[in-house]
Amino acid sequence: MDIFVQQLINGLTLGAVYAVVALGYTMVYGIIQLINFAHGEVVMIGAMVAFTVINALAAAGMPPLVVVLIGTGCAVPVCVLVGYSMERLAYRPLRRAPRLAPLITAIGVSIILQHLALLVWSRNILAFPQIIPIRIYTILGATVTQVQLAIVAICIAMMGALAALVYRTRLGTAMRATAQNPQVAGLMGVDINRVIAFTFVIGAALGAVAGVMVGTYYGVAQYTMGSILGLKAFAAAVLGGIGNIPGAMVGGLVLGVVEALGAGYIGELTDLCHVAGVSSWLTERCAADGHFILFGSNYQDVFAFVVLILVLVIRPSGLLGERVGDRA
Amino acid sequence: MIDWRKRPEVQWAGFALVALALFALPFALAHVGTAWVRIANFAILYVLLALGLNIVVGFAGLLDLGYIAFYAVGAYAYALLAGPHFNLHLPFWIVLPIGAAIAAIFGILLGAPTLKLRGDYLAIVTLGFGEIVRIFLNNLSRPVNITNGPQGLARIDPFSLGGLDFSRNETIAGVLVSGPMKYYYLLLLVMLALVVINVRLQNSRIGRAWEAIREDEIAARAMGINTTNMKLLAFAMGATFGGVAGGMFSAIQGFISPESFVLVESVMVVCMVVLGGMGNIPGVILGALLLSFVPEILRWTVEPVQTALFGRSLVEPEVIRMLIFGFALVLVMLFRPAGLLPSVVRKRELAERAQ
Repeated sequence: MDIFVQQLINGLTLGAVYAVVALGYTMVYGIIQLINFAHGEVVMIGAMVAFTVINALAAAGMPPLVVVLIGTGCAVPVCVLVGYSMERLAYRPLRRAPRLAPLITAIGVSIILQHLALLVWSRNILAFPQIIPIRIYTILGATVTQVQLAIVAICIAMMGALAALVYRTRLGTAMRATAQNPQVAGLMGVDINRVIAFTFVIGAALGAVAGVMVGTYYGVAQYTMGSILGLKAFAAAVLGGIGNIPGAMVGGLVLGVVEALGAGYIGELTDLCHVAGVSSWLTERCAADGHFILFGSNYQDVFAFVVLILVLVIRPSGLLGERVGDRA
Repeated sequence: MIDWRKRPEVQWAGFALVALALFALPFALAHVGTAWVRIANFAILYVLLALGLNIVVGFAGLLDLGYIAFYAVGAYAYALLAGPHFNLHLPFWIVLPIGAAIAAIFGILLGAPTLKLRGDYLAIVTLGFGEIVRIFLNNLSRPVNITNGPQGLARIDPFSLGGLDFSRNETIAGVLVSGPMKYYYLLLLVMLALVVINVRLQNSRIGRAWEAIREDEIAARAMGINTTNMKLLAFAMGATFGGVAGGMFSAIQGFISPESFVLVESVMVVCMVVLGGMGNIPGVILGALLLSFVPEILRWTVEPVQTALFGRSLVEPEVIRMLIFGFALVLVMLFRPAGLLPSVVRKRELAERAQ
């Protein structure tokens, strides 16, 4: 039971981060039907900038929370700039191009950002200075740190703010109108270019905060961290139904929880010693080792994708997605 | 003005010239260094992959981001059936078809559950499929050692036919023919075969069915096309090409590990197809050759250029190489959004949309 609660807590923390990153994918997709492959790199740059700032201020004797806030405060504008310029330079000129053309530029942008980061921050795994003293609480036999609690709280707050922005403001209305039909939205006086640029900017800002959270949670950052995180978040966005904002939130949380529970239980579930009687060879192996585990926790990453595929087979447009016609 | 391309004798002369150039190429490359013959071999392997993916993406319009999985399946099938790991040493002409068949089965395995998915949903599922295959290859060393995990499989048998061993250097009629050169000619033959298959497919009933599905799936079904079978066929055919290329990769390299089959490789093949001009066979070949040769050329030039300009190497050549590569991808797409040599259909579509 305590393993279950522990993995649930870890999964929710991770899932909240996935959800925030997934929002960046899904908002862009909803508006211009583009998989912004470079979004993961934006998250990485957010983590890297925060690392530099926190590292520089770590010895200054400021309260740790202020240092982290300053780090985030520096990461957000940098990422916003990156997000805005990639939209302006790599995607906007290709609005009328075949669908796959912007996908390739996205891949190109992703390669460029990754290697620029390599130039600036080197290949090494950078260890975040542990300035925040970890406080541990115990819930139902499982441990939870205040960092985890803060991550979940911040993610929920950001998602709430985003929902308010999209569903309660004029800009949000413009965004939803552009997503439905850019031409008609343009005729209604919506400045489409501005709305699309703004979508990228919001996504990048959310990504920057997510990057800082991932960095402080795991305590490390590296120039390659964006790709796997981006991949998972993209999977989360698709799981929830790409283009759908509540879907990205649900998808992220589901993916995080499934992954954590999967990693926690897969070894025990596939331990063939539970059925050791079926063959004498197996009985011998089990007598010698005690375990004959078919799939260990190193299959953790498989879990996310298997769940994704299963969900999509049953619901081809994701958990909350609507049916959309599209073409490659 | 006379259109020289319409004159048959000019066409034949052109063919002969190209054939002669392709025949002589490895000798010229060997003059520069055997490494370049190897590079040419890998370039042809990428052409095979790009041609295979072109069936799925270019003809049938199904975006596959996990294509390298089939390459991996072919490579591991070859390595396990013709290597010391299980102590099986079957000849290549038995193993290659087996590998291709297994890859085709994997293609159908991927295709079957994804039939209903469209566009970007398909992209992420194929991507996930590729990752799943790689993670399994990485971890299937325990509890029973099948793939030898991250260490990979080594000492894989080279191709040999009768007394002809493809890994050895030989002197034929006073000319030194190295192992990579022999593989070059073999690869060239396979490539020729695949190009012919691709061309014949494109203009066949199947090819037109794929095109119809790509343009509008519902309309295609209404016209009596069995979209289920046609899509599965596209996946299976593409996978077969990948499997053959994988088997040859295994034999040429002599060593494989899951490292060779990462997501970036899948993405690279997609880039080749799209950059060259998807659906258009010469375009796809051009894309594959460019994306495999340009990074290599950069690898050999970036360092000397830096030393000449600044007196020392300022930045790691690898980083500059990847940066130039990234910028090249972006710029080519910005200026030629339908690819370097777009297919006629794409060109027309683009013109229509621009109006």
